[in-house]
This record gives sequence, C-alpha cells and structure tokens, in this order.
Amino acid sequence: MIDTATSTVLEAPRIRSFRGASRGPSVHVRRNLTAYLFLAPFLLLFIVFIVVPIVLGLWISLHTWNPILPTKPFVGLDNYADLFTPGTLTGDNFWQSMGATGIFTIATFPLMLAVPLALASLLNRNIRGGSAFRSSLFAPYVLGVAVVGVMWNFFLNPQLGVVNAALQALGFEETIPWTSAMPWAWVSLVAVTVWWTAGFNTVILLAGMKGINPDLYDAAAVDGAGVWTRFWHITLPGLRPVMLFVTTLTVISSANMFGQSYLITQGGPGERTRTVIMYIAEEGLANQQMGPAAAMSYVLFAFLAIISIINFRVQREK
Amino acid sequence: MATQVDTRRRRRMTSVPIHIYAVLFAISFIVVVPLLWMILSSLKADFQIISAPLSPLPEPFTIAAYQRLFTGPEPIAKWFWNSTVVAVAQTALILATASTAGYALARLEFWGKRLIFSAIIATLLVPPVILLIPHYVIIESFGWLDNLLAVIVPGAASAFGVFFLRQFFLGVPKEYEEAARMDGAGELRIFLQIVLPLAKPALATLAVLSFLGSWNEFLWPVYVLLSTENFTLQPGLSLLQSAYAVRYSLILAGAVIASLPVLIIFFFAQRQIIDGVANAGVKG
Repeated sequence: MIDTATSTVLEAPRIRSFRGASRGPSVHVRRNLTAYLFLAPFLLLFIVFIVVPIVLGLWISLHTWNPILPTKPFVGLDNYADLFTPGTLTGDNFWQSMGATGIFTIATFPLMLAVPLALASLLNRNIRGGSAFRSSLFAPYVLGVAVVGVMWNFFLNPQLGVVNAALQALGFEETIPWTSAMPWAWVSLVAVTVWWTAGFNTVILLAGMKGINPDLYDAAAVDGAGVWTRFWHITLPGLRPVMLFVTTLTVISSANMFGQSYLITQGGPGERTRTVIMYIAEEGLANQQMGPAAAMSYVLFAFLAIISIINFRVQREK
Repeated sequence: MATQVDTRRRRRMTSVPIHIYAVLFAISFIVVVPLLWMILSSLKADFQIISAPLSPLPEPFTIAAYQRLFTGPEPIAKWFWNSTVVAVAQTALILATASTAGYALARLEFWGKRLIFSAIIATLLVPPVILLIPHYVIIESFGWLDNLLAVIVPGAASAFGVFFLRQFFLGVPKEYEEAARMDGAGELRIFLQIVLPLAKPALATLAVLSFLGSWNEFLWPVYVLLSTENFTLQPGLSLLQSAYAVRYSLILAGAVIASLPVLIIFFFAQRQIIDGVANAGVKG
C-alpha cells in the first residue's frame, strides 16, 4: 500500500508534463474524478447496504419500531433495558437463546479445531491423491445449510432414520431421540456442523502447515524429536497467524448458527436449541418487533467483539 | 519459494506408511457417504426407505420422487430458475463492483483513499446479524419485499470481494499499465483491456465463491420471499420438509436438485474453490 502510494506520487509530475497542461480541469481533479467513477458502483452498494444499515440498526433499536403501527415512538434505551431486566418475556427469551448459542459455540469450538488439525496433519505429507482426499473432506462445505438440514433431519429421524437403524443393527436396543431430547439435540447439531464445516478449517490449516519451513522438521528429527514434540513445538507455533483467523471465524460462524436448528430440531426440545439468530429473526422479522430485535443484535455484536478482542490478545501473547 | 517446495517434495518422497492411506480412505468415506446416501435415497420408493433403512441401493430404482416434485403443487422448476437468477445476478454485480473498486484502491490515487479502505476493512468484522433488521426496513421501503431484488442486491455489497481483488491487483506488475498510459490510453481502457484480462484467475475464484454463497443463502430468503412462486430453492426445501413430513424421497429429491449445481461447480472448480479459501485464510 505504501509502495503504491509513493510510486504514484513520483509519477504524477511526469504525467502532468506531457498531457495535463493543455486541457481544462487540473490533472489532480481529473485523477480524483476517474478514481471515484471506478469506486462509485461499489460505494453506492456499500453505503446503502452496509454503512447506512449499521447506523439505521442503532436508530431502530432506540424506537418501538413495528411497520404495522402508524407511529414509531422514540423510547431511548428501553429496548436495551428490557433485555437486562429479569422477568421480561423478551429478556428471558433472549438470554435463553444466547445461552443456547453459547452452548453450541463452546461445544463446537474444540472439535472445529481438533478435527481439522488432525485431518490437516494427516494430509500434510507427500500423499498420492492428496488433493482428492482434500476435496472429499471439503465437499460437504459447498452444500447449503438447507440441504444439510433436511438430509440430516432424515438421517436422524428416530424411527425411520439411518443412524438409529445402523445402531440397532450393531446391537443397541434403545431408540435415541436425536432431534427431540437433550442432550441428543445438541449432540446432533454439533456433529452435523462438524461434518459440514470441518473441511473448511482443514483446508486453511493445511495451507498454513505447507507454509512452515520444512528444515525445522528435519532439524527436529535430527535432534530425535518425536511426532508430538514436533507438532507442539513446530507445527502449532508455525500456525499462529492462521490459527487466529480460524478461531475467529469459527466463533463468529458458530455464533451465527441458524439453519441447523431451524431445520433439524426446529429449536426444540422446548426452545432449548433456539439460537440467538433464530430468536432475533423470529422476533424482528416474523413478529415485526424490530426495536427489541435490533437491540438484541447490537448486544450480540458487543459480545462477539469482546470475545474477538480476548481471542486476539490471548493469541498475540502466546 | 518454488525451490523450497521442490526440496520438501524430494525429502518427503520417502514413504507414507500404508496405514495413513487406510485412515484417510476411511475418513473420506465417512464424510462422503451421507452425500451418496442422500442421492441414492432420492431414487428409492418411500416404502423401501421405511422398511429397509439400511439397504443402500434403490430397489426398485425409481425417479418417481422427481416426477412427483416437478408435477406437484410446489413450483420447483420456478424455484430453480429463481435461484439461478439470484446467484448469477449477484455474482455479476459483485464482480463488476468489486473489480472496479479493488482496482481504484490498488492503483489509483485519490482523496480519502485511506479512509475508504479502512472503512471497507472495518466492515469485514461486522457480523451480518447487525444488518438483518435494517436490511429488512430498507428493502421494504424500496418495495422489494417478496421480490428477488431483495435477495440479489443487498448481498452484492461485498467488502470481501473488494479486499480480495485489491490484494490481487497489488501483485500485478505495473509495467503493463504504465506502458499503456505512456501511449495515452485512458484509465478505463487500461482497466478493461489490460488489467481485467490479467486478473482472470482471481475473478474466476471470486465468481465461484460468490455463486456458491449466493446459491446457498438460507435465512434471508426465508424471511423476505413471501409467496411460494417467488421462493429460491433453499426456502423451498424448508417448505418441502414441512409439507411432506416423512415422505423422504420427495424431500431428498428436492435436496439433490438444490445441491447438484453446487456439486457440479465444485467438481470442476475444486482447485479454485479450495485454493481461494486457503489463500483467504493464510494471507488474509
């Protein structure tokens, strides 16, 4: 970036000298005009659909905002206060759904690191057909959550599903209610998510591992370091920047979980797998209570920001 | 870099023990089996799915579920068309806006460049849930509720796309552009005739990733596409699931129809998709 800036500054006088002098507006103005014409289409989308919504969302959260009502009275921080007052229906539901998202994130996180790390370590050698293995591990990730949801809703059906049929064939007597009782609903949602997205983390970690200088491994091998020692002292430290990206993305995508619960458990049993995104969408879009829903999304944002900052600090210090 | 890879290859050429292959085969099989099972089950009759849940092959083999879907009350062909329109239009919008903006940010000098770039990067960190409610209010005020535009346009504001292409343009040698500039070519011509052709691989990667993302979008279309004939395939699947409960052959046929395009794209563009994801993680 600095490089581009300095070199274009150096070029400027040269260009001015051979084509700028004769015509109307100065070269400087024309350059700005050209650049902004290039930027205009994106900036229009960016302002209307990213910048304005970020501010508008805050504005909505300060109002009783329901499209059906004729007025949208300003209520200050009431929508936020309701969320933090025990006993309000919205507040209770919100924190229950935050809790559900929290459980899901905490259960998914270690698996979404351990499984991809193991898979990437397996793939990080000179394997014949390595890219075919890599592709098949990545394949589920290209499916949409709707496909993943309806297919696993079928596999996990207690009576008709393949999973229980296979377990029974192996001699398990009881019928496990995978989607309608605890803790099975969480087990299902976490397992399906790992199946669906582990390939994504694997591919990134594998690329990170390929970037580690192989001489380090050779030197460690000469010193007699075992597989584990090499993993802990070379692979993991070498992956540090990539790990920061992977952990941040894993937390954010777990916190945004929606489709799996919506299609596999329908938020059940008893709304206990209703994630916060599900509740915000239900309350804000289906029930049109946009003020409280906007407030909830900012509270969630604050949580995510704090977690990201902690994650960033912790990984920087290591 | 290239020589480093070569020496590593040679060093590691030695031997990968057979049990590693066995483990990899087993894992790949476990990962891929659900996909195959979905496809095979969509070609079964419901009585087989219910009475013999563990028999892998369709007996009899039947495309009845597909026939039923295409002649039934749910306009699945229309959904497919809608999904195609949405994914193609959004991808085209992303490519057009992100390439011009990415080029300006990489190569042109202008007032406020740093500010605009920082703003774009900052929004990469904003979780999409923040946009959910305001997007709804905005598209409603545009009269786009229950209109495919609602699904196409807001998601086309791709800060990631701009960042991705800017990084690519920064890596393109400047000599090509400078030679053309000396010859008096305008910026637009330089961009269209010199820079864009050089950027084909990056554009292709961004196109494929955008198409997949757009095709697979679920939450947003569920809430803004209201009438059945305006659905894309993803909310359509949710409707099939609630309409047909345990007639799984139908639901799974719908799932196969919704996944075939992305699986075909993945088959032909695995390199681009996987390398695109890997690069985003390692360099980004």
